[in-house]
Amino acid sequence: MNRMKKGLSNASASVLAILAGLLAGFVILLISNPANAFQGLVTILKGGWNNGMKGMGQVLYFATPIIMTGLSVGFAFKTGMFNIGAAGQLMIGGFVSVYVGMTWTFLPGHLHWIVALLMGMLAGMVWGMIVGLFKALLNVNEVITSIMLNYVGMYLVNFSIKNSHLYDPLKNQTADVAASAIIPKGGLDELFYVTKGRLKDASSVNAGIFIAIGFAILIYIILTRTTFGYELKACGLNRHASRYAGISEKRAIISAMAIAGGLAGVAGALMYLAPSRGMHIHVEEVLAAQGFNGIAVALLGLSNPIGIIFTGLFVAHITEGGRHLQSLKYMKEIIEVIIGMIIYFSAFSLLVRDFLAGRARRRADSARDASAPIPEEAKE
Amino acid sequence: MSEYIIEMRDITKDFPGIRANDHVTLKLRRGEIHALLGENGAGKSTLMSILFGLYQQDGGEIYKNGQKVLVKDPNDANRLGIGMVHQHFMLVQNFTVLENIVLGVETTANGMLKMDQAREKVMRLSQQYGLAIDPDARIEDISVGMQQRVEILKMLYRDNEILIFDEPTAVLTPQEIDELMRIMKGLAAEGKSILFITHKLMEIKAVADRCTVLRKGALVGTVEVADTDVETMAEMMVGRKVNFNIQKDEATPGEAVLEVKNLSVAGHHGKNTVNEVSFQVRRGEIVCIAGIDGNGQSELIYALSGLLPIKSGQIILKGRDVTQASIRSRNVDGLSHIPEDRHKYGLVLDFDLGQNLALKNYFMPPMVQHGFINFPQVRRQADDLISRFDIRSGQGAETTARSMSGGNQQKAIIAREINTDPDILLAVQPTRGLDVGAMIYIHEQLVKERDQGKAILLVSLELDEVFQLADRILVIYEGNIVAELSGKETTAQELGLYMAGSRKEATA
Repeated sequence: MNRMKKGLSNASASVLAILAGLLAGFVILLISNPANAFQGLVTILKGGWNNGMKGMGQVLYFATPIIMTGLSVGFAFKTGMFNIGAAGQLMIGGFVSVYVGMTWTFLPGHLHWIVALLMGMLAGMVWGMIVGLFKALLNVNEVITSIMLNYVGMYLVNFSIKNSHLYDPLKNQTADVAASAIIPKGGLDELFYVTKGRLKDASSVNAGIFIAIGFAILIYIILTRTTFGYELKACGLNRHASRYAGISEKRAIISAMAIAGGLAGVAGALMYLAPSRGMHIHVEEVLAAQGFNGIAVALLGLSNPIGIIFTGLFVAHITEGGRHLQSLKYMKEIIEVIIGMIIYFSAFSLLVRDFLAGRARRRADSARDASAPIPEEAKE
Repeated sequence: MSEYIIEMRDITKDFPGIRANDHVTLKLRRGEIHALLGENGAGKSTLMSILFGLYQQDGGEIYKNGQKVLVKDPNDANRLGIGMVHQHFMLVQNFTVLENIVLGVETTANGMLKMDQAREKVMRLSQQYGLAIDPDARIEDISVGMQQRVEILKMLYRDNEILIFDEPTAVLTPQEIDELMRIMKGLAAEGKSILFITHKLMEIKAVADRCTVLRKGALVGTVEVADTDVETMAEMMVGRKVNFNIQKDEATPGEAVLEVKNLSVAGHHGKNTVNEVSFQVRRGEIVCIAGIDGNGQSELIYALSGLLPIKSGQIILKGRDVTQASIRSRNVDGLSHIPEDRHKYGLVLDFDLGQNLALKNYFMPPMVQHGFINFPQVRRQADDLISRFDIRSGQGAETTARSMSGGNQQKAIIAREINTDPDILLAVQPTRGLDVGAMIYIHEQLVKERDQGKAILLVSLELDEVFQLADRILVIYEGNIVAELSGKETTAQELGLYMAGSRKEATA
């Protein structure tokens, strides 16, 4: 009961952030093209529904990687760390899974994509673990290492692609993975499609969304039910008390970053184990946006794995809606700005919430220092 | 002229959810020492903060010499001649004494400091009130007692006539306390009016003329100290009869549980904070480490618990060398630790009470099954400890530790540490900041544990506590154990000399 109330009040902070972000977005729409502004807002809110069932499928498809990176950032948050390196972990994980997907064709068909996915996860774990090792053993701030490793990861991936048989020079991207390495559709293409004339135009959605939701549930169980999760949360909330209780802080930091990296690695695998018309790793000097969107998803979801499923779906929903803004003569960058606004406001709302909570706490503290027994005791 | 220099009439102050001062009236006579007595949280500091302009009252009025005044901030208070020595001194560490005294009211000419006049005035005041100081010494180099004199001189330099002392003796040795009492009497004799916040009855008896008692924010009464005995004041403060002397029989020590051999802990400047310390603690005895704060007792305990690396020496727990053992292995092997800083080390404030009570055994069956925490079991343990140790909280085991009162947070830590059935209990200032009721309760628990054959190593800065509990006393001074004394045959004066480093003995 108490817990539910708390959850609701937390969710209301996120909802407020979203409303404020949408309002700011509306103002931007008004400025750039007043005539279509209201319809533009409706289009954004309609999201996937703008394009029927296919649109909805696309929402699930786009939500998949950002749910994973959201989990990655959120999990690190719970252990008191800011994983800003999800983009790099995603690239490394994606690359390794593509490599396995193309070359390990000796694997039996139904195992191939699973192994490719797991290897991508493993690669992400290694990439995340480096950050954890630096922090735990050398006390280097994780924000600095993970930002730097983003670029190291990106250039390493670009270099490896260009200098290998994985490269498709015509498209300046990776070649296609073996058919057996493609993430299965899981029957979702039979559900999410629109008909164009006599043709079925199916969404790109695949079983990845189930995998992402599965990971969210797994992370939720780890955090709330296991001693491991208890230790990680204790370290995140008060590392001094955790040491005092005999918890190895170093181990917690290293394993938390490894897991965060692994989750981002899975995001990469789910993105790039795709058919030839799906996503490929482009050789360009751009960090994967999904890595950074994960920060917004985690912030809006207050790092709660279940919350992250919903905020991931929401961000994908308005992104899909934004694509349709173009038909109203808006530039598609506008939607990026609006999402940026929502992210900004979500961070801001957390600040406000922490500020309010901090102030209430300080007042309670000063009242406690200065006055009679504090409320809890006074009630009795 | 009014008989009273300051009158606070009917003062009321509310904080969210709590009334800190409830129609309190306090009248300060000219030239008297007036004690303000109450337990922690009785509203003493709030009342004084209102007088000093740090808070605004929600109701009531303040009069000076019969004239109604408004005190909106400390500058107003200063203009009205009200000065305050805070419990934690407000001094700039790397400034000299003189610079600290004039800070904020410097005399200048053409933008340049003119220290000559200031120096002259400070030296005159220092002579007049018998406050010997070296105006050119840096604050970081002088003793705590000396720093307090600087604070007093700061008030005098600003020509304050009403001097507020907030628990001034908490940081002093017995000798320094005597000196402070002498200074306070001198100030009163010179016509200054003194308000003296304390919860120590003997000090009131020693210096105060009158005493105002607060309890739970409300005025209990104002009494003439000469006509009132200590027991009556205690009863006024606590609201019931208090038996300060807890039941404690002669110790019957058994075998040694903890042995420390030549233990040293490195400090920052090449000097050891703990230096070649050796001692042992046996079953069924309370050994107390007495000393002034900052003489290495914290580091010693952190080293014993494994939180701080040691430089050299050996720690033996129940015959096993644990010098290199992890914190967890020491805990599991029978070492419990009630830490000095309950917010930093003792609790995860954002965990609920139940999870905090499981902090030392969440990884042991039956709390855990196959890596999963057995929450019903955690809950049962919490409910059991809550009822056994009378831990009060809003929502029982589900209360966030942060929202609990200090006394109940401390009870929770003590419950947890005793619950693991330790062989040795390290207790560092276990009653700091607690009211008399909670303090007596915790003392009783420690004695009970001793009588059940546990070894207890207590670190305390309060002499009353040392004498109340200790079977043996080890005095620590600048990282060295300078004396081993019997808890029974030692006087406070004697202990004070050792604590101040002015006497040493060869330790066994």
